[in-house]
Amino acid sequence: MEKVVFKKPKYMKEVPFHYCPGCGHSIIHRLVAEAIEELAIGEKTIGVPPAGCAVLAYDYFDVDMGEAPHGRGAAVATGIKRTLPDRIVFSYQGDGDIAAIGTAETIHAANRGENITVIFVNNNCYGMTGGQMAPTTLLDQNSTTTPGGRDKNRDGSPIDLSEMLAITRGAVYIERTAVNSVKNIRKTKKAITKAFKVQMAGLGFSLVEILSPCPTNWKMSPIDACRRIDEDVAQTFPLKVIKDETS
Amino acid sequence: MTIKTKKGRIAIDSKLCKGCYLCVSVCPDKLIAISGELNEKGYYPAEFTETNTGEDRKCTGCAMCAVICPDIAIEVYRG
Ligand SMILES: Cc1ncc(C[n+]2csc(CCOP(=O)(O)OP(=O)(O)O)c2C)c(N)n1
Ligand code: SF4
Ligand code: SF4
Ligand code: SF4
Ligand SMILES: [Mg+2]
Repeated sequence: MEKVVFKKPKYMKEVPFHYCPGCGHSIIHRLVAEAIEELAIGEKTIGVPPAGCAVLAYDYFDVDMGEAPHGRGAAVATGIKRTLPDRIVFSYQGDGDIAAIGTAETIHAANRGENITVIFVNNNCYGMTGGQMAPTTLLDQNSTTTPGGRDKNRDGSPIDLSEMLAITRGAVYIERTAVNSVKNIRKTKKAITKAFKVQMAGLGFSLVEILSPCPTNWKMSPIDACRRIDEDVAQTFPLKVIKDETS
Repeated sequence: MTIKTKKGRIAIDSKLCKGCYLCVSVCPDKLIAISGELNEKGYYPAEFTETNTGEDRKCTGCAMCAVICPDIAIEVYRG
């Protein structure tokens, strides 16, 4: 008998994604939805989408969702989790969102050890607004605000937000993964699942930073964007478990 | 030595596909190609070519194409 071995996960709606061809956001949405389904937490999960290309994530996830103002995902998730402590709460944030305008909220949520999960999608730019430099833009990377490439002396260096968050006492689990290959996509799903489990066990703050292709603003094909993650992005932001205090 | 492979099949929803080529690039058996006809979104969608390659290569249902597809346009069946 023929069996379905891969189909749309239960907690993704039958709505076509608006993302550009080859965008990592929708892969990451799917992995979050798969983890939610496998952990059987769909009826008690609340997601917090960002300002950014993923602003419409509530159109795609078939779980409760509550939009956050730009950068304030961790603060909004904190409020929801403290009000409804039996729910599983995740914020979904871009690199411009979490590492620029939302830095303060994120660091303090981590330091307080808020029992929430943050999905941090690092595509090295402000995607939605047209590809401006973000704090995570690589040195020498072209963007609309760093024509000719990001210059260390003029623009500063890329920020290692996940490593900074790992220093906080309340952060329990932080891993950096990528969605540029089948292998890395599978690893990312494991990391997201683990982050949710940390929250389910009440251990504290968990975050998965995911290196994600933005072919449109990187001005390259989806295949080249995946290659760039291995060749350039992961050289600046190495894929690894940054902190794990679960054992 | 015989290599045992489970036989598989995929279905691509050409309305959802954005022709990004990622599935084409990961299929170990090169069973996916980009079609020459635009879909309603204006992209050239991917199509499963196993039935019309005329060669002896078979989908194993490994699901690599579906795992990398950003638009959940591929369903995979095995058995
Ligand atoms: C308070 C506020 N300031 C600025 C903006 C404009 N804005 C919308 S999205 C965005 C940046 C998005 O970049 P990122 O968080 O990296 O998400 P991406 O689109 O790359 O996924 C900005 C600056 C806004 N919506 N709200
Ligand atoms: S601009 Fe970049 S991040 Fe935004 S949808 Fe397009 S590819 Fe994705
Ligand atoms: S399931 Fe595997 S073998 Fe079949 S088309 Fe997809 S990648 Fe190719
Ligand atoms: S990966 Fe998905 S969207 Fe991209 S070409 Fe293949 S079926 Fe189409
Ligand atoms: Mg971004």
